[in-house]
Order: sequence, then structure tokens, then C-alpha cells
Amino acid sequence: MSGADYCPNTPGEILEMLDSIGVGSIEELFEVIPPELRAGSLGLPKGMSEFETLRRMQGLAEKNSRKLIHFIGGGFYDHFIPSVVNHMAGRAEFYTAYTPYQAECSQGTLQALYEYQTAICALTGMEASNASLYDGGTALAEAALMALRITGRNRLIVDGAVNPFYRQILRTYLKNLQVELVETTPSADGAGREDIRLHVDDGTAAVILQNPNFFGGIDNLADLAERTHGAGALLVATVYPVSLGLVKSPYEMGVDIVSGDGQSLGNPLSFGGPSFGFIATRREYIRSLPGRIVGETVDVEGKRGFVLTLQAREQHIRRHKATSNICSNQSLCALRGLLFLCSIGKRGFAELATLNRDKAEYAKGVLGGVRGISVWNRTPTFNEFTLTLPQDARKVVEKLLSRGIAGGVPLGDWFRGMEQCLVVTVTEKRSREEIDALAENLEDALWS
Amino acid sequence: MELIFEKSVAGRLGVALPDSDVPGSDFLPGNLLRTDPPPLPEVGEPELVRHFTNLSQRNFSVDTNFYPLGSCTMKYNPKVLEEVAALFSGCHPMTALLPGGHIFAQGSLELIYCLGRMLCEITGMDEVAAQPLAGAHGELTGIMIIHAFHKARGNRKHIVIVPDSSHGTNPASAAMMGYEIVTIPTAPYGDMDMNLFRKAMNGEVAAVMMTCPNTLGLFNPHVGEICAIAHEHGALAYYDGANLNAIMGKARPGDMGFDVIHLNLHKTFATPHGGGGPGSGPVGVKKELIPFLPVPRVVKIDDGAYALEQENPLSIGRISGFFGNFAVLARACAYIVLLGREGLVRVSEQAVLNANYLQEKLKKYYDLPYDISCMHECVFSAARQLKQGVHALDIAKFLIDKGFHPPTVYFPLIVKEAMMIEPTETESKANLDAFIAAMIEAAELAEKNPQALMQAPVTMPVKRLDEVKAAREINVCHLLAQGTGHKARD
Amino acid sequence: MDVLYTKEHEWIRIEGSAGVVGITGYAVGQLGDITFVELPSVGKVVKQFDVLCSIESVKAASDIYAPLGGTVVAVNQSLDSRPEIINESAEEKGWLVKIEISDPSGTGRLMERQEYDEYVKGLE
Repeated sequence: MSGADYCPNTPGEILEMLDSIGVGSIEELFEVIPPELRAGSLGLPKGMSEFETLRRMQGLAEKNSRKLIHFIGGGFYDHFIPSVVNHMAGRAEFYTAYTPYQAECSQGTLQALYEYQTAICALTGMEASNASLYDGGTALAEAALMALRITGRNRLIVDGAVNPFYRQILRTYLKNLQVELVETTPSADGAGREDIRLHVDDGTAAVILQNPNFFGGIDNLADLAERTHGAGALLVATVYPVSLGLVKSPYEMGVDIVSGDGQSLGNPLSFGGPSFGFIATRREYIRSLPGRIVGETVDVEGKRGFVLTLQAREQHIRRHKATSNICSNQSLCALRGLLFLCSIGKRGFAELATLNRDKAEYAKGVLGGVRGISVWNRTPTFNEFTLTLPQDARKVVEKLLSRGIAGGVPLGDWFRGMEQCLVVTVTEKRSREEIDALAENLEDALWS
Repeated sequence: MELIFEKSVAGRLGVALPDSDVPGSDFLPGNLLRTDPPPLPEVGEPELVRHFTNLSQRNFSVDTNFYPLGSCTMKYNPKVLEEVAALFSGCHPMTALLPGGHIFAQGSLELIYCLGRMLCEITGMDEVAAQPLAGAHGELTGIMIIHAFHKARGNRKHIVIVPDSSHGTNPASAAMMGYEIVTIPTAPYGDMDMNLFRKAMNGEVAAVMMTCPNTLGLFNPHVGEICAIAHEHGALAYYDGANLNAIMGKARPGDMGFDVIHLNLHKTFATPHGGGGPGSGPVGVKKELIPFLPVPRVVKIDDGAYALEQENPLSIGRISGFFGNFAVLARACAYIVLLGREGLVRVSEQAVLNANYLQEKLKKYYDLPYDISCMHECVFSAARQLKQGVHALDIAKFLIDKGFHPPTVYFPLIVKEAMMIEPTETESKANLDAFIAAMIEAAELAEKNPQALMQAPVTMPVKRLDEVKAAREINVCHLLAQGTGHKARD
Repeated sequence: MDVLYTKEHEWIRIEGSAGVVGITGYAVGQLGDITFVELPSVGKVVKQFDVLCSIESVKAASDIYAPLGGTVVAVNQSLDSRPEIINESAEEKGWLVKIEISDPSGTGRLMERQEYDEYVKGLE
């Protein structure tokens, strides 16, 4: 057979339809395409059955080698996902719908997104969230663009301990916008306070930080918020949502716009996507938020309902004057995030954060005790921390990989002068045995 | 329906976590700690399942309803693709970026590479970058590539031309890169006015952005000429691939002369739209633009293995966290493998046949502003019905009561009271006939009893919603609306 | 009292060296229910036909252009909390801003009421 195509019309029905249209063949419908633009046969293989397709894709998946034990993070985290998340997010009525333009027949998606917005506000302490963005890096870029719009200024100060990929995305987005981007020197003491104090001035739109930062360090940003606001600038922070079960909320620390990646909330690793980006802010900046927002309202009989609101900011109405070009977002992943947060609940979420912190503290003790290794951070950390090894960490990581352990993210490729540093991530999924095994293998890789 | 937050009962536990196998720690100092956990709902799993199952039933979806939402290609998505995506769910993206780590991710990297080759074949481009996370993100990436290309040649072109029938994302994306937008009106023949286009073209123009077939569902026979004129002036031609579903195996944007394209994998290549995403918007380019593609790029190295090129001096840089919405890429790849060369052509043929059948059957009842053979979608106007006070919106709401998701209404902006119908190839004649009957019923009601249309829908959990109230009295967060759970700033 | 109109449906009421600006009833009819007005800050300097502020309804966002060049000296702050005033009284209570006119010669490019009414009739 020539493969499936999911086109149900029979040859008889096709003839009837052609007859109604008044053409002799399907080909006639394509005659509007000039002959010189017509394509020849596609150089692709013949179609396959479902069984053969699955077997072929399984073959590819098997080339992904053996199962690694993950002590790596860098924006994506190996967290537990309750079964109920897959089952509920997999419901076809959520899964095969699209953007809820017709509110009356999309109340399921709309209410879920309103609940998602509320959940993001619960985590961050903020007053308004949108219905999701693409991922953590692009969400930070949108947060930066938002700060530029709100302040009308054109200078950004970015802490050197912000995820290097996020900083690269920021540079890509800002390339042609006449924005000055100042990057501070990364510090083991948390945010680059000296540099920030030196550079923040009345031309600064925002100070951009990550908390916990790329090296795992947690910081109280309150003093920086005060300094930043004193200059009339905004404080923007990208955060790791799981840490918010334990760490003071960005709102309480004085952050104005908070963003982050929602992968760790119920979304599988899936080789980097899809996840979702979140962005939330204080109520006075709600009209500057990019992307879709769901609002509560009532129907003609006064019954509660939900609609896409503040659409006049969006590209389909405002075209080139829109707050962003975003159209499709990551709704389904945001729904997974909501399901994750609701299934684990208020107390469970705090426990999850504590478990991550405790496991990481244990690992920090054990790994920091390996001969020649010291802990780099001088601040508290959450579930990631940075070690200084006695040699280039890249070589050590390669050795660990061959033993089935993704032992951490070496910093040499992204931070000059930090070639011997290794960022280790420990989620709730790592057992004490696995942590002990990492320590043994690390010692072995270094000294034998 | 109550919110999940309103169903919360203090002390009710959700999913259990494993006990800790390490000693506890109190490493975080008080000034970093929360006093209370975030105010998330406290519900049990049975209640949670019931809440979200009930919520889901308040949606129309492709699996439950005909969903001819124009420009969105709401086709059926084969279930086997879900199994394919699950095969890769445990792969950590960082693995491939570790020293020597690409060896451990050969399957994922090969998939991205092969998908790129297949998309090149389908579109006539030379190389594809899969990182953009949605169509609009692909457009932005494409515009960045165009900008980088001109910059490398020392060009200071500052204008991007778009037809007035274009998707709003086109001008919005170009504006994000600082370009000035020049909009060209549509001529009576249903596409960008060639005379006005020629007049607008000059050495300052960096790119012309086209959708083909356009948003009226029409194939522009001048598209080759438009690309040629752009090239004469040193501009590049950009192809918005939102409507590729109409022409697979029939015509290729690369052959038409386009230099940069983006595709919407979630539309053409059958991955579920998820209530608004995730999508995937790969960008395709011609040879001379390859160096400007975003990093990291999957490349085939000497020993036949797949690796990542992480830096390139001409590249626009990084545009997303890792390698794109991989699970969407995996579904699209499997879809192409499943359908193969003949299947994809049949998809376009059946999509075009279905749209023409609808157009023919409905043109007696609704104004058809451009009465020529369409491609994968047709655009009617409710101008005739408006004379009775019935808007396109009223017809849309009536269709909901009939169990059909409405077409896209009020787009494209150039058609008054527009109704844009895209049936897709996966609907049978019987389904189309049922929809046609409902549309005819609406047209008749508009004459006889317009009030009935204006009150629709009446079968949904809610009736028409007050959008003005939503925009004036903004309520986007339940906690804020309740005045709970939010602490004052330090 | 002298009121003049633009092709973009703004009106300006000349009061000595100042002018009060708003949008016409026809414009309000086109926009529908106004949901938000983004007012300029006092002190903003505009040339004739520059963007002065913007008005949002549920399904549209419209830029409002300055009928004459000048400096913004006052804005109608009651629109912040009650944008619907524009729907209720577009040409009186729903005024947007008051500008100190810098170049009165621009009035030559504006229409009198009768001319504007005919212009609107031509649009329908």
C-alpha cells in the first residue's frame, strides 16, 4: 500500500464533488498555478503504514543511546511528572482545539488559562500574568522589551550570572533596536552588585537578573530593587519556578517583571521542547504585557465566563504597532503546568522545593568532600551549585558520560576563566545512592 | 463553573512525593525564605480529574467537531504521532551540548537533520533551521536573517513591504527588527496591486513578505514576477508558509523565487494545536543565506555522525533555548514518513477539492468577493446578511449551536464581514454537506428571523460574553480579584 | 467658539491660544465601546497630524492625531477610570487633551462642520 493519508473521500464522492464544482478533474483546480512554477514529483520515500512508521521512529529513538543519570540542568530539569498531568492534558478536547477565539465554545481552554494565570501569580506574588510565551529565554527577551516600552529608555544592565543561552537570545532580539546592553562580571557572591550600582542611571530601562542564578546561587534582591527603582528603572528577574516553593516571591523582593521557563512544572524534557515561558508583572504594567491574556467577565444573563481580553495590544489588530509579534503560544504546556501545580498542591509544592534543596545540600556536602574539589558559591543555593575541580571540567564530564552519568554542566564553553567549574543539579528524582555514585565516579575520574 | 481555586480545602493533600533519603537541611537564611507556601489549590486527585474533565467538555475541538477555522489548518492529527513523540520524552537537551555528549543524542539529532532535508525537498529550499517555536517566531527569525544578510553586504535597507491581506504577524515581526512597514493594497483581482507594488519598490526595500496562496485562499499567478522584481532591487522575497497545505507537491516556494520561508508544522504537518500552542515554525533559506541561520545547528560531520555547530560568526545568534519544539518536530517528521510523496500530494488535492466544493455550494447564499477557483480555503462576506442587521459574528455564533466550530471571522481585514472557511482534507463530503446545510439555514434565517441569529448561541454553557466589561474591569487573576494571597511589598 | 475637524475624525475647539481636542461622534460609532485611552503626558510637544494618543475598543486600537501643532497642557483624567465618557459625550465631556497651539496657520488644513459632515456622508 502507499501509506495512510487520512483523506476520507471515496473515488465516487470525489467525482460527485468535481461534478458540483463543474470541473473534470482535481488537476483543473491547480491550473491557476503557472506551468513554470509547477513542481515535479517530490523526492521523498513512499508512504508507510502506521506500524512501519512507528518502527522506523523507534529505531531513531534507540540511537539516543543508554539511559543517563541526569545531574544536569541549565534551564531544563529532570522532575517527576504525576500521571494525572498526562491524562488530563491529553484529553482531545483540550489537545485538538486551537486559540479560543470563539469564547462560547472554548470555555474549557479559557477557564484553564485563567486558572493558569492565577497559579503563576500565586507562585510569583505578581498581580497579572499572560497565558504563556514560548520558553524561558524568549520570555526574558519579551520582559526586557516590555521594560524598554514602559520606561521609554534604551539601556539594559544584565547580570553575568543569567543563563548564557538567555543572554544570547537577548542579544539576538536586541540586535537592531539601538539598545545598549551592559553585562556585569559573574560573581560567587550573587548578583554583580558593584557593577550594577556603578552602571544603573536615569537612562537605564531595567536591571535583569536570574534567581537562583545560573551557578545556583540565591540572592535577596530587595536592596537591588531599591537602587534600581531609585534610578527610575525596572527590576526584571528570570526565576526557576520550583524554587518558589521555598524562596521569597519575586514580588516581595521588589521585582517588577518576572519571567521563567515552565518546563519543570509538568513538562517532559523532550530534547528541549516544548515547554512554556511565563511572564508576570504588577497590575500597572498589564497593558504592556505581550501575548494573549484571558479575563473573567459575564454573559448576557450575568453568568460567569472567560474571554481573551486586551486584544487591542496584539498583532492581529495592531499589526506593526503591537506589543509583540507572538500569536501561537504554548497553551498546552501551560495547561500541563497548571495540572502539575494543582495535583501536587500548596503543601506538596513546598515539600517538593524542600526535597530538592535537601538533596542538593547533601550532594554539595558529599561532592565538596571529594579530594581536590571545592564549592564555588559563597551564597546559599537551591538545587544547583557550582564546584571548582582541580582540572578542566569538560574533560571530567566527558569521562563521566562514558560511565552513564551526565555529571553536570561544565562552564568553560560559556564563561571565560571558569574552565574548572562544574554546575551540578540535583532534583527530587536523584537518590542518595546515585549521588554517592556520582561522588565515587568523580573521584575516580579525577585521580585514577 | 467553579474555579479549581474555589474547590480548594485547606489541608487536603494532592499527589504524594517520595520520602527524603537524605538528612534535612536548613541552609536557607530567613531573609530568603517564604513565610507561607504559594497559595496554590489544595484538591485531591479525584476532584482534580473531575474538574479538568468537565472543563475539557466545554471546548469544541477537531476530535469532537468540524473546525473550519480559516488560516489555521485544523486537520485531524493521527494518534500514532503521540506515540512517536513519547519515544523522546526523556532526552535532556543539555546532553547534546556537553563535551562528547552529541554521541548520546544521535537519534534526536538525526531526526532534526532528516526533517530538515525532507522539508527542503517539499519547499525547494536549501537548508532549514528548526529552532523557531511558532510561526510568528519563524517570521521573526526569517526577518533577522534578512537583516543580517543585508548588513553583511553593507546595505542599509530599512523598509519591508507587506500586502494589506497579510497576517498581522508579518508587519509585527518586521517591526520588531526595527523595519519601517509599507503596506500595499489588494487589487480587484484579489492580490497585491502590481502597479502600486512596482511604484513602492526601490533600493531601500529589504524584503517583500508574501503569503501564497494568500489569505483570500487565492494563488497569485504573479508570484514569480514579484520575487523577480524584489531581486532586481536587491531585496529578498519572504514566504509566509501558513498556507502550504494547499500546494504540497504542486508548487514549491523555492521554485517561485522565495529566499526565506517559514513553515507552520502544527498546521501543515498535523500536530495538535493544543488550545493555542505549542507550534513550530522552522525557517528555510536558499544557499547564500545558510551562514546566517540561528545556532545551534545540527550538522552531519565527517564520520557520519550528527553534531551541533554552536557558533558561526555570521549567524543571527540564538533564538530559543535549545533546538526547537522537538516533540512537535518528531510528530511532523513521522507524519511526512507516514504519508510519503503521494500522500502529501493527496493532502493538498483533497484540501483544495473540499474548499472548492464548499465555495461552489455556498456562493448562491453568501457574497463571494473574488469569484474564482480557490485553493485550500474560501472567503465569503456576510455583506448581504448585514442588510438585515446580521453580522458575520452572528452567523458564527449560530454555527456553534449547530455543532460546528465557526470559520475565522473578520479576517482578512480587506473583506467586509469576512468569513474564512478552511475545511482541510480530513473532512468527508458528508461532513461538508452538513456544514453547508447549516450555512444555508443561517442565510435563510438572516432573511426570515434575524433575531434568532443574534441570540445565538443558546446551547453552550455560556451565552455571548461581555467583552467590553472584560476590557474595562480587568480581572485576569483570581487571587487579586479576591484580594487574597498577595502580600505587600517589603 | 470655533470648532474644526480633521479627515481622521478628530475635532479641535479653539479657545484663545489653546485648543481642546477630541474625536467625533462618527469616529466613536466606528470604534464601538471604548475600553481604554492612552493619554499623553502634559508637556508633550506635537506637530500637526502627529500621533497624540491612542484609543482602544474591544476589537480595535486607533491612533489619534493632533489637529494642530502645539504643547499638551492638560489631559482629561476622568477617562482613566471611565473611558465610556467618550461613548456618552464624544464632543463635550469626552474631550481628550488641551494643547497650547504653536502654529495657528495649520487651521487652513482643517474642515468646518458643514464640510466635515459632507465628508462623512461621502464615506458611508
